[in-house]
Amino acid sequence: MTGESERRQGLLLAAPATAALALVAVGPVLATAWLSLRRKILVFGEDRFIGLANYRALAGDARFWNALWNTAYFTAVAVALELLLALPLALALHRAGRGRSALRASVLLPWMLPTVVAAKLWALLLQPDFGVLARLAPGAPAAILASPALALHAAILVDVWKTTPFVALVLLAGLQAIPEDLARAARVDGASALRIFRSITLPLLRPAIVLALLFRSLDAFRVFDAVFVLTEGGPGHTTEPLSLYAYKTLLRAGSFGLGSAISLVTFLCVLALGLAWLRALAVRHGREALR
Amino acid sequence: MKGAPRWAVAAPYLAFFLLPFAWLVLTSLWPDAELARPLPSHLTLENYEAALSGGGLARALLNSLVVGGATTLLSLGLAAPAAFAIARLEFPGRRLLLAGALAISMFPPIATASPLYVLLRAVRLLDTLPGLVLPYASFSLPLALWLLTSTFRELPAELYRAARVDGATPWLAFRRVLLPLAAPGVGTSALLVFVFAWNELLYAITFVTTPARRTVPVALALFAGEFRDPWVVLAAAAAVATVPVVAIAVVFQRRVIAGLTAGAVKG
Repeated sequence: MTGESERRQGLLLAAPATAALALVAVGPVLATAWLSLRRKILVFGEDRFIGLANYRALAGDARFWNALWNTAYFTAVAVALELLLALPLALALHRAGRGRSALRASVLLPWMLPTVVAAKLWALLLQPDFGVLARLAPGAPAAILASPALALHAAILVDVWKTTPFVALVLLAGLQAIPEDLARAARVDGASALRIFRSITLPLLRPAIVLALLFRSLDAFRVFDAVFVLTEGGPGHTTEPLSLYAYKTLLRAGSFGLGSAISLVTFLCVLALGLAWLRALAVRHGREALR
Repeated sequence: MKGAPRWAVAAPYLAFFLLPFAWLVLTSLWPDAELARPLPSHLTLENYEAALSGGGLARALLNSLVVGGATTLLSLGLAAPAAFAIARLEFPGRRLLLAGALAISMFPPIATASPLYVLLRAVRLLDTLPGLVLPYASFSLPLALWLLTSTFRELPAELYRAARVDGATPWLAFRRVLLPLAAPGVGTSALLVFVFAWNELLYAITFVTTPARRTVPVALALFAGEFRDPWVVLAAAAAVATVPVVAIAVVFQRRVIAGLTAGAVKG
C-alpha cells in the first residue's frame, strides 16, 4: 500500500544530491570532452571547433609526454612504497595493546594535514642551508629541489609521508575483519608465525590490499599540490605532472581547449586504471569462489 | 607480552611521522637571527605574530572557516536525505546512485576545472567564496553519501517501520526519528567533509584570484614567493594552518578512522 508513495519519496529525497553530482561532476567531464575539441581562449573571446587538433598537438608535444611519464612514475613509485611501508605498520597497529589509541592518533596526523603543509614541511627539512638534512648530513646533495633527477622524488617522499597512514588504516580494517579463530587454530596445529602470515593473513587481506591500491593509485595520479608547492613543475618542466600542466595551460596560458584536452587525457588514464583494478578485484574474488 | 614487541615496529614509524612535524613546530618558534645555529638559544612567538599580522593569513583562516563550514552544511544537507532514501526507501536507481557517487569521488579534479571555470564565470561566481562552496559540496558529496548510507543502514529497520505504522510520512520518520539517531555518523561525515574543504588547493587556486579571498592552502602555497618571508614565519603560518585538523585528529581519531575505513571494509 505504501510502496508507490515510498518510491516517489525516495526519488524526491535523492533528487537534490543526484542533481548536484550531475551538474558539478558528470556534466563538467562531458563539457571537458567538448571543450577539448575547440580552440577557446577566454581573454580574446576566441571559441571555435577544431576537431582533434588539440590531441594531435599533444601527440607531438614533448612536454605532454614528459608530464604523462612523471605522473605514471610518481604514482607507481609512491603507491608501491606506501604499500610496503603500510603492511608492517598495520600489523603493529593490529597487535599493539596498550597505547593503541595514542598510536593511531599519531599515525593519523600526517594524513589529516593539508598537502600544502606537508609539502612546505618537507621543503623546510630539505632546505639546503639550514634544513634537517643539511644539518645532519653536510655532504648530502645540497639543492634537491633544484635537481631534475631528485626533485620528483621529494614529491614522492611527501606523498609517502602523508598517505602511508591511510593505507595502513585500510589494511588494519582488513586485518580486523579476519576471524581470530583461523590463526588460533593454525597455531594450535603448530604453524609458525611466518607460515600463518603467508597462508592465512595475506590471502585474506588481499581484497583490502587491492582496494588500498585502487584508492591510492587513482588519488596519486591526480597529484598537483605537492609538486606545485615544492617545485611548481621545475626546474624547467622536468617535474611537471599532468594536472599541473593542465592547470598552467588553462590558467596561465588561458588556452581552455588545449588545457581541457590534457585534463581529459588525465581523466581517461584514471578511468582505465580504475577499471583495471576493479578487474583485478573481481578476478581474485572469482578465483577464491572457485577454490 | 602482547603489545610489547610491536612497539619495536611502531617506534620507527612514529619517528618518521611525528619528528618532521615536531621540526616544523620547532622552526616556527626559532628566532630568525639564529637560524644558522645548531639549536636556538631561546624560543619565541614573534614568528606567529609576523605570520598573522600581515593580514593575509588571518584573512585566509577566516575564509577557510567560512568555506569549510558552508561546504559541510550544504554537503550534508544534500547527502543526508539521499542517504536515508537509499538505505530505507525502495526506489529505482539507488544502487546506481551509490556506485556513481563512488566513481565520481575518483574523478581527478582537473577533469572538471575548465568547464566549472567557464560556468562560474557565466553565473558571476568566479573569484567568490560561494563559487568554491558549490564544487566543494559536490565533490565531498560521495564521501558523505557513503558514510551516511551505512549509518542509516545500521539503524534497526524496525524503527522506521514503527514510525510509519504510527502514521508518520517517510520524511517525518527521517526528520524526527532516524536523523537524530544518526547524529554520530553525521558528525563523522561533517568532520571529514570539513577537512576536505580545509585542505583543498587546486580549485581554490583556479577559481579565486583576489588575495583577500584566498583560502589557507592557497595563501600558504604562495607564501614565500609573494612576500619573500623568512622560513621561520612560513613555519609559523604552516603550524597555524594545521590547528583545526590536528585538533580533529586528536579529539575525534576513533570516529575519523571508523569513517575513513567504513567504505573500505564494506567494499
